[in-house]
Amino acid sequence: MTLLSTLFAAIICTIIWYKNAPKNEMKVGILCWLYWGASIMWLVDAIFEYVELREEYFTPAPVDMLNDFYLGLSVVALGLLIWIIILLIKDPKGVVKAALFKKK
Amino acid sequence: MACFLVSVAEAIIMTAVTKAVKSKESEPEEIHFEAGADVIESATRIPFSRKLKWLTNMLWGGSALLAFEHLWHGEIAPWFPFLTAASDSVQTSVMLHEMATVGVTMAVLITAVWGVMLLVSNAMEKKLLNSQHSVNYEARK
Repeated sequence: MTLLSTLFAAIICTIIWYKNAPKNEMKVGILCWLYWGASIMWLVDAIFEYVELREEYFTPAPVDMLNDFYLGLSVVALGLLIWIIILLIKDPKGVVKAALFKKK
Repeated sequence: MACFLVSVAEAIIMTAVTKAVKSKESEPEEIHFEAGADVIESATRIPFSRKLKWLTNMLWGGSALLAFEHLWHGEIAPWFPFLTAASDSVQTSVMLHEMATVGVTMAVLITAVWGVMLLVSNAMEKKLLNSQHSVNYEARK
């Protein structure tokens, strides 16, 4: 479930990035790298787990599935948090600078 | 247990390599191409340092999210030795085995994906250059 949640986040972010390319004002590319990197790493983890558990891998206990989904959502939220911090620090549209140094 | 540490190590090395490559890089080559009747557009070749940044972004991003997963499962602690498996020798050997198998495969797969991206982007750049050379050749004839 963690892999699936991250993979869906990666696909959605890539679609948003592609739709807005070549403009990159919102720095959606950062989210794509974050989620694709994590998805590839969790894919490897899933393959190793499948080799160990075989068919049991596809029939997890509902509690484990719920916990994994909860973790997946938290991971997506953490990715968004990292992105928003980078976006506000880099401030490509100059919105933060304009708000901070606004002359009265 | 600590499989993401292999990717973190690769990310640190590749970030240093990216900085070194960037400092030695010259201005990127500009390509001019026809984008319709009487319309000439220009583009620059993607510098290698930027392509290296794709790899470091994936490694850092993936490692950060995986570190959170390890924290979630109680495999990372905010006190020394930071990895819960490192406090007992049996657990440490299991952790090292996992790093050598899962961790190395993760780093290799990310690098392989980046390698494919590199090949595709190089092929696209080459195609654009070749099409431009043939356009120039036709214009000269």
